[in-house]
Amino acid sequence: MTAAGGATHASTRGGPGPSTPAVEVSGLRFHYPDGHEALTGLDLRVDRGQRVALLGPNGAGKTTLALHLNGINVADAGTVRIGGLLVSEPDLAEVRRRVGLVFQDADDQLFMPTVGEDVAFGPANLGLRGAALDARVDEALAAVGADDLRTRTPHHLSGGERRRVALATVLAMRPDVLVLDEPTSGLDPAGRRELVDVLGALAITQLVITHDLPFALELCPRSVIVDDGRVVADAATTDLLTADAVLRRHRLELPFGFDPRSVTPHG
Amino acid sequence: MHAPDGFLNAGTAVTTGVLSMGAVGASLRHMRTALADRQVPLAGLAAAFIFAAQMFNFPVAAGTTGHLLGGALAAILLGPATGAVVVTVVVVVQALAFADGGLTALGYNVLNMAIVTAFGGYGIFVLLRRVLPDDATGVVAATGLAAGLSVPLSAAAFAVEWLFGASAPVPFDTVFGAMVGVHLLIGVGEGLISAVAVGAVLAARPDLVYGARDLDRAQLTTRRRVGMRPFVIGAVLVALLFAAVVSQFAAPDPDGLERVAEDQGFITSAEDHVLASGPFADYATAGLRNESVSLAVAGVTGVVISLLVGLGIVTVVRDRGGRRSPDADRERRTAGTA
Amino acid sequence: MGAGHSHPLYVHAHSATHLLPPEVKVAATVAFVCAVAVTPREARWAFAVHAACAAAAAAVSHVPPRFVLRRLLVVVPFIAFAVLIPFVGSGERVDVLGVAVSREGLWGAWNVVAKAILGATASILLAATTEVPRMLTGMSRLRVPAVLTAIASFMVRYLEVIAGELGRMRTAMAARGYAPRWLWQARPVATSAGALFIRSYERGERVHAAMLARGYSGTMPEIGVPRATRRHWMTAAALPAVAWSATVVALAGPA
Repeated sequence: MTAAGGATHASTRGGPGPSTPAVEVSGLRFHYPDGHEALTGLDLRVDRGQRVALLGPNGAGKTTLALHLNGINVADAGTVRIGGLLVSEPDLAEVRRRVGLVFQDADDQLFMPTVGEDVAFGPANLGLRGAALDARVDEALAAVGADDLRTRTPHHLSGGERRRVALATVLAMRPDVLVLDEPTSGLDPAGRRELVDVLGALAITQLVITHDLPFALELCPRSVIVDDGRVVADAATTDLLTADAVLRRHRLELPFGFDPRSVTPHG
Repeated sequence: MHAPDGFLNAGTAVTTGVLSMGAVGASLRHMRTALADRQVPLAGLAAAFIFAAQMFNFPVAAGTTGHLLGGALAAILLGPATGAVVVTVVVVVQALAFADGGLTALGYNVLNMAIVTAFGGYGIFVLLRRVLPDDATGVVAATGLAAGLSVPLSAAAFAVEWLFGASAPVPFDTVFGAMVGVHLLIGVGEGLISAVAVGAVLAARPDLVYGARDLDRAQLTTRRRVGMRPFVIGAVLVALLFAAVVSQFAAPDPDGLERVAEDQGFITSAEDHVLASGPFADYATAGLRNESVSLAVAGVTGVVISLLVGLGIVTVVRDRGGRRSPDADRERRTAGTA
Repeated sequence: MGAGHSHPLYVHAHSATHLLPPEVKVAATVAFVCAVAVTPREARWAFAVHAACAAAAAAVSHVPPRFVLRRLLVVVPFIAFAVLIPFVGSGERVDVLGVAVSREGLWGAWNVVAKAILGATASILLAATTEVPRMLTGMSRLRVPAVLTAIASFMVRYLEVIAGELGRMRTAMAARGYAPRWLWQARPVATSAGALFIRSYERGERVHAAMLARGYSGTMPEIGVPRATRRHWMTAAALPAVAWSATVVALAGPA
């Protein structure tokens, strides 16, 4: 496990220095073809190795933002930098190597006939072949505890297994930043526990979009609330989850009986 | 309509195979230009949709059910080239993975179920759109008629192929009359389901209907509610009327038409057979009471099918240079590959 | 007209056939079926040879005969049509059990039935010993355009997902008392088909985004599945060779 912060992921485009933020979003604006303004000037900075939860009501623009981080959405205005690299046409391949995006619906991400082929898809696109490719697949499957699922078909997996395999498909590209969209939705408690353990053990910068507030508290020391297409709150998770007025204003609510003050979150 | 092996002779199997491969090849080239790196996931999911839609049945009458073919529907939603490729993939996988349709019959199965229905159905759609109003209702009506007619069109294509490659002594007339007659009725269900389905897509995501890409917002919101029951009854009556006319052709005994023709001296019964030497299968021509009429019907059918399919192809080719597709709008918002 | 094909034919086993690479199996099956299709119908002995080859293939593949027979039901509609041919067919009549039927018609019916059954059997055996995704890899090895096999692969991958969504829609409709019997009551069926198309298309867009996110640039990467060796090809060619020998002899011999 590498310590967060070392320049261990030097890329061909001049590796990011120790103080370069992992993710830097400035003044991002974006509207959909039907005219709806999804992002209205969003700023966000995430440093290397940080884990940040993105909270907010449905329709706030969180998923839209995630799609900007790897260049799938093209902004109307503003910039996104990943490890200092500007997200733009000529550098998209490198950006997509650096940012690993795990989608909400694991089925959308597992499109190959077997788990092994799905996990191999990303690194194969990066040029790996043969033994190197196999080794990378093994590494990614081991990281999520799915070694035994290599030859299985995606639609015969349980929800939790699918989620972990989807994560493996992304980890296989050795990203610098992991972006997860609602990773615990639809999981049973055991599946959720497995996922939390896996993510907690990864020393990568993580942005986690979630409605699962206890999960956010357990995994992410820092939380950001996004509403109406911009960041409206940015603080330590414990502080945010105890600010009742803020939560209420943005349609957030703690689960019944859950007291964030009674829990010691991970660092 | 998934014909098994040996249904038509080898020559026909090979010829239709070559035609199908050509059409599919050309369609793939168009798809690559139109969809670029989106072609695999979009066509793949569309193929899954068509396959699933074919699996599920819809009620026809008193508990009996029917199944969708989907060729014209695919063409109107995705464009005829993509539609043809999508249905081709469905038909081929059905043959390989489910033993539905012979492997040596793929040439004519693909031609009839994918190429003729997609391109021919789209050709009919284009013609109808010229005469029907330029709004959502017009598109829905055109879809219904085009999809409904694509089914007997497909059957007619099979009958023409039978003329060349029959493997049994059933005359062309009988095959034509029976197949087209029955499929005119089957087409009613296909037409209705396709029309309502396209209507539903138009209401929610009009940008996903290739056949309506020229309509603007105002035209899209113009809808006239049509009752289902009178529509179905009307369509069935019309189909029955046509079927009755067509199936006369298949009747084994000479009918009024031939008697009239003999009396008027158009044909004589003891002339040298027109079809004696030629590429036609002996079987299909054996027992034809009236060769001239049969040949004329076959000829007209062949020409009509070719024209409609050609029209479908032409609109696709023309579109590549000209009109902007709704996808172009989306491309400005999302970046593809570097 | 399309029937319900919801059960892939794969039979899980580890026979010699199962272990063969897919491209040789697909090629062998096509070769065999072509041999059957061009066999002149009068050469009944040749069909017996073909049937023996099919039986041998089934035995080697550990596919139970009852399985094949059950799946052969798919050709029943055409058998029914074939049975009609002697009655509808033209030409010289012959007496069978007191009924006058067309002689050519009997031959024609035999022709259709024999070839349909043998062809379907070969397809069933192929599908029973080869999982569909492997089959598609085999097809791309046989020079079928990669785009087509990729589209087919995605179709196969998402078929259960889409069919599942459709099934759930139907269940929801049934739960609200929808039990249509006539075509004019089929509007909800059709609108649900429209809704399903939109969902499928949008999923296709999301899958595309997921592919881009992992570096997709328009061509599927070569993941590397072991290729067939000469030995594999020779093994697979055995039965089609026998079938073709019979066909050639039948074609060359007296009509």
